[in-house]
Amino acid sequence: MINKVCDSLKSAVADVHDGAVVMIGGFGNSGIPLQLIEALRQHGARDLTIISNNSGVREEGIASLLRDGLVRKIVCSFPRSAGSVWFERLYEKGELELELVPQGTLSERIRAAGAGLGGVYTPTAYGTLLAEGKDTRIIDGKGYVLETALHADFAFIKALTADTWGNLIYNTAGRNFNPVMASAARITVAEVASIVEAGGLNPEHVVTPGIFVNRVVAQEEQQHDAA
Amino acid sequence: MMRLSNEDMARRVAQDIPDGAYVNLGIGMPTQVANFVSADRQVIYHSENGILGVGPAPEPDKIDPDLINAGKQYVTLIPGGCYFDNSESFAMMRGGHLDIAVLGAFQVSATGDLANWATLSQTLPPAVGGAMDLAVGARQLFVLMRHNAKDNAPKILEKCVYPLTGAGVVKRIYTDLAVIDVTDEGLRVRELYGDNTLEEVQALTGAKLLPPLQEPSAH
Repeated sequence: MINKVCDSLKSAVADVHDGAVVMIGGFGNSGIPLQLIEALRQHGARDLTIISNNSGVREEGIASLLRDGLVRKIVCSFPRSAGSVWFERLYEKGELELELVPQGTLSERIRAAGAGLGGVYTPTAYGTLLAEGKDTRIIDGKGYVLETALHADFAFIKALTADTWGNLIYNTAGRNFNPVMASAARITVAEVASIVEAGGLNPEHVVTPGIFVNRVVAQEEQQHDAA
Repeated sequence: MMRLSNEDMARRVAQDIPDGAYVNLGIGMPTQVANFVSADRQVIYHSENGILGVGPAPEPDKIDPDLINAGKQYVTLIPGGCYFDNSESFAMMRGGHLDIAVLGAFQVSATGDLANWATLSQTLPPAVGGAMDLAVGARQLFVLMRHNAKDNAPKILEKCVYPLTGAGVVKRIYTDLAVIDVTDEGLRVRELYGDNTLEEVQALTGAKLLPPLQEPSAH
C-alpha cells in the first residue's frame, strides 16, 4: 500500500539533520510552504544551506530561520527585497554566505539535478560578473556559461491538493519553483491544503507526478498571528 | 528642452507594442506601459514567476495570495491566460519566445550592453532575479529610462561603468528626450521629442549619437 501522508508537520521534518541542504519552494509569499518552514524552525537543525528564490521578509518564513541562526548559506536569485531585514543584517555582518544565481539559472540548475544532468550551458550571465570563474563555451557563435546541477537533501514545497500517492496540483501562480524542486531532492515534502485518495485527481491535471514526492502533509489550522 | 513625464514615456513605448505580442514588462516604470497600450490591440503579458496573460490588479475582495507578478503585486489572469512553473517560464525567455521585453536600466552602452542589476555600492547586498535571463532571451529588448541620472550624469555611455546584466542585448532606448536605436553603426536617434535637437540631446549623452535616418539632409 502506498500512502505518503504524514500525520503531522513535526514528523514531516523530523529527520532534517544539521548541515542539510534544503530547497524551499515559493516566489515571495506565493506558493511558499510557510507551515513546513515553521516546523523546520521549531525542529532546530542548524548549519543549513537554503536554496530558494528569496530570503523572506520581516520575521516570516525563511527570515525566521535566518533570525534564529539556523542558516549558514543561502543560494538565491533575489535575496534583497523590501523588508528582508534579517538577510541584510546577517549578510552585512558576514554571518551568512550568499551564492547569487540568476533566477532562470537557479531553476535550470535544479531541473538539471532532477533530470540527472551534470549541468547546463546557458547564455544567461555570459560576459558578466556572475560568470566569472565558470567554464564558458561558444556554441554556434553564441556564448554560454556552464552551470552545474543543484541537488538537495530535502525539498519543502507547497501545493494545493495531493493524493495519497503524492501526485500534486497547484493554485494559480503558486507553482513557481515547487515542481522543479520536487524532482531534485533526496526527500521531497509537500505541504498541501487538502489530500484526496489516489485516483481522486484528474490524471490530465496532475502537475507534479507522485514519483517526485516522498511525503505529503496537510496544513494545520493556525491562529493568524504568525512569528 | 522637452522632457517627457514618466507617464508619457510609458505611453510612447506602448505605441510600439504591436497587436498579438508576447511581452514581459520589468518592475517599476516598465509595468506602467500596460496602462497605455491601445484597447484595439491584444497583448499577452508574461510574468517570470509563471504567468502568461497577466491582467490588472484585482478588486480587494478578489485577491488570490498566490497570484502575484514579478514585483510581488497582486494581479489577475485574463481569459485565455495560463500558469506554468518557473523553469518553463524561463525557457520562454531564454528560448526566444517572448517578442518584447521592456526593462529599466542604470546604464546602456553604445553597443547595447545593459547594466540594471547592480551599482558599485558595497553597502547593498546584491540581488539579480530574472534580469539576466530576460536580457539574453527576449527577441527585442527595449530599455525605458530617464536620459540622465538624478545628478544629471549621462546613463547612455560608450561603455557601462556598472556591472553588466547582458552584453550587446539592447535594441532600443526610450528616454524622456528621445528614442534611440542600437544599430551596427552605433546609436542612431530614431525620434527627438518636441523641438529637442540632436546637439542638445548629444550634450546630455555619454556616447556618440547618429542623426535620424529620415532627417532631411542639407542641400
